[in-house]
Amino acid sequence: MEHVIEISGLVKTFGSVRALDGLDLEVHPGEVHGFLGPNGAGKSTTIRILLGLLRADGGHVALLDGDPWRDAAALHRRLAYVPGEVNLWPGLTGGEVIDLLGRLRGGLDERKRADLLERFQLDPTKKGRAYSKGNRQKVALVAALSADVELLLLDEPTAGLDPIMESQFQQCIDDFRDGGGTVLLSSHILAEVERLCDRVSILREGRVVECGTLAELRHLTRTSIHAELATTAADLATHEGIHDFVAEGHRVDFDVDTELLGDVLAHLGTFGIRSLTSQPPTLEELFLRHYGDEVVAEPQPAGATS
Amino acid sequence: MTATGTFLRAFLRRDRWLVLWFLLGTPTLYWTQAYSVDGIYRSQAEFDRAAAAMGDNAAFVAMAGPARALNTTGGQVAWQASAFGAIVVGLMAMFIVGRHTRSEEETGREELLRSGVVARTAPMTAALLAATVASAVVAAGVTGSLLLYGLPAAGSWVLGVGVLGCGVAFGGVALLAAQVTTTARATYGLTGAVIGVSYGLRAIGDVSGGGLSWLSPIGWYQAMHAYSGERWWPVVLLVVLGALTTAAAYLVFERRDLGAGIWATRVGPDRASPRLLSGLGLAWRMQRSSVFWWSVGMLVGGYAYGAMGDDVTTMMGDSQFSKDIFAAGGGADLLDSFYAVATLMLVLIAAGFTVSSALRPHSEEQAGRVEALLATGLSRARWYAGQALVTVAGSVVVLLAAGLGIGVGYAAVTGDWSAVQRLTGATFSQLAGLLVLGALARLLHAVAPRWAPLAWLGVLYCWVILMFGELLEFPQWVIDVSPFSHLAAVPAVDMRWTPFLTVLALAAAMSTAGLLAFRHRDVH
Repeated sequence: MEHVIEISGLVKTFGSVRALDGLDLEVHPGEVHGFLGPNGAGKSTTIRILLGLLRADGGHVALLDGDPWRDAAALHRRLAYVPGEVNLWPGLTGGEVIDLLGRLRGGLDERKRADLLERFQLDPTKKGRAYSKGNRQKVALVAALSADVELLLLDEPTAGLDPIMESQFQQCIDDFRDGGGTVLLSSHILAEVERLCDRVSILREGRVVECGTLAELRHLTRTSIHAELATTAADLATHEGIHDFVAEGHRVDFDVDTELLGDVLAHLGTFGIRSLTSQPPTLEELFLRHYGDEVVAEPQPAGATS
Repeated sequence: MTATGTFLRAFLRRDRWLVLWFLLGTPTLYWTQAYSVDGIYRSQAEFDRAAAAMGDNAAFVAMAGPARALNTTGGQVAWQASAFGAIVVGLMAMFIVGRHTRSEEETGREELLRSGVVARTAPMTAALLAATVASAVVAAGVTGSLLLYGLPAAGSWVLGVGVLGCGVAFGGVALLAAQVTTTARATYGLTGAVIGVSYGLRAIGDVSGGGLSWLSPIGWYQAMHAYSGERWWPVVLLVVLGALTTAAAYLVFERRDLGAGIWATRVGPDRASPRLLSGLGLAWRMQRSSVFWWSVGMLVGGYAYGAMGDDVTTMMGDSQFSKDIFAAGGGADLLDSFYAVATLMLVLIAAGFTVSSALRPHSEEQAGRVEALLATGLSRARWYAGQALVTVAGSVVVLLAAGLGIGVGYAAVTGDWSAVQRLTGATFSQLAGLLVLGALARLLHAVAPRWAPLAWLGVLYCWVILMFGELLEFPQWVIDVSPFSHLAAVPAVDMRWTPFLTVLALAAAMSTAGLLAFRHRDVH
């Protein structure tokens, strides 16, 4: 199996809304793949198509070498899913739901079940209607993580968890990856993504706009430069790769495309540098750039992987 | 009372379509009675004869109300429409109160609302006011339509004001139920039970001539004697009931936490029983209490019919009119015809179970609980089949209860214990039609989920055909659309297996078509 998930040109429309518009995604075996993007970008829709709940209108989708629509039930025995919003049956206890989902998936690991209940400090005797949002989420997590599967599809699985539980979750994902499992993790929590994901894909308006390791993606964004120069340097504003240029006397502030950093610094040197601070791009800036309404003229993703 | 007005406006806005439907439907219920009565009888003498026969008929009295001035159009309207009008407006008030109180709390939206600058009681006060305003609108519609028809003013006003009173009374009951229970479903269940018991009490009271009708809000409404010497004071009883239940609701509300009822949530088992662990097991677990309570209800309801014994013959007399009314039964023997019709009525009440059970997959999907299930090894077909099987099996059980009830009731009065088997068999002869109604719900859910609740129109249709099919002389094809029109009306006529099996096959075909459609659509 070359790819656990292989999607190309995926299209899904709801009425006149084009939720997915030619989405491409590859998830390699054994990796934790971050799936990022603003609300409504199509993350959940993609995951629901992978689960065979929604039918694709176009494109090609392969999941664990199978067709997620046709072979849904058989494939589901090899994966576990945690939705972003967990709806439990009001009259069933958490323990009953865990057992039910486990059995329907083809059995669960008793030892893992007990261990996870302990780790997440979940009371399995409460009825579904009595759980808080965080606890409902835990029920779904315990059910998914105690299954013996190859792939986890997680759609914002930690929304509503406190930081201690969040770290328990990260530990669980580490263990799962160490055991050879593959994860597709949709998340808005950047620290979680940075900590867990080997590669990420960023979605916008139904297509993947960036894909690569975090290091590669960082390369695509801008470094902030604050410098004090020996002379005024107004013409810097027009130099290739420089943005948001502000000059105040001899002091200049600007952002530079990280790819062109060397070039710009060499040019800056000609003005005589008195002092220089540079700030590498934060993950947040990376995402905000893609999440924002404005799509900045972007370097080609292909350039990142070269 | 900060923000109560804001809530009221928002609620009425959300409810405007619901209220519009009730505003169209309820006055129509009254108005069509006047219209049809005036259409049927050519002479006052004929009207008098029919009225006498109807008034002497215990089954009719049990169904509609105390017989007063039945030989007048107004009297007929009050008699035929008031009990159902009270139920309809009661259900409307219940839905309006329930959806803005317990339902909001259950889904957690109430928390968001109450964190704003609002009085704690503002949403519930506004919900009750919204139900009252809606009842008043419907009441005005009733009075207006009857006045326009040209019926006497005093009686028309009494019928309308009584509708408002019933809305206030049952709205208060719903408000209290919303405080006591923890789910909207249970709120509706409890309120519906109160409405049902109110109807049942007045049915027994009206037939037996005892005072039981005075324990029923519907009885109070009918005690206002529209078009037959109106009296206004019983409406005070309705208002007092509304006020008392509302006061009790506020008392409970002040003593409970957000999201809680008055009973603390009990803990349950930490492990699932093996019987739960399949699509079928889950479907049964979700519906078993509903099957149980419906069975109890049908047993009691059936008993009430059966307990009329063979007095039915004397009550109906041998007027041509009685024979016509029970023509739906199709038999020569009046007693058998009566039980054929009574059986059909019980079966159509049981359709309430069948259709709500068949719509359960729809509500599960709406609540977002299907996604997690179908993301496991459970295939769509197995999930669907498990749900369908529970609906079918549950319908059989509920019908069995109805049949046993009517049979045992009859046997208890007459000592004829062979009736148990005969009348249970009669009830079962209608099973195929019941399953078609369930299959219709299933098919709608599979093909056009948004329209699934329209399956209730199927029940309404069959009901109208049964009650008025012969009387209003609908075209034959209109009558034929109802699956029950094809089934033998046992015990008035002998069981006919060919139509039974054909209708059964139709139900199976519709369910299968539903399954095929469900496998090919998006699940949300």
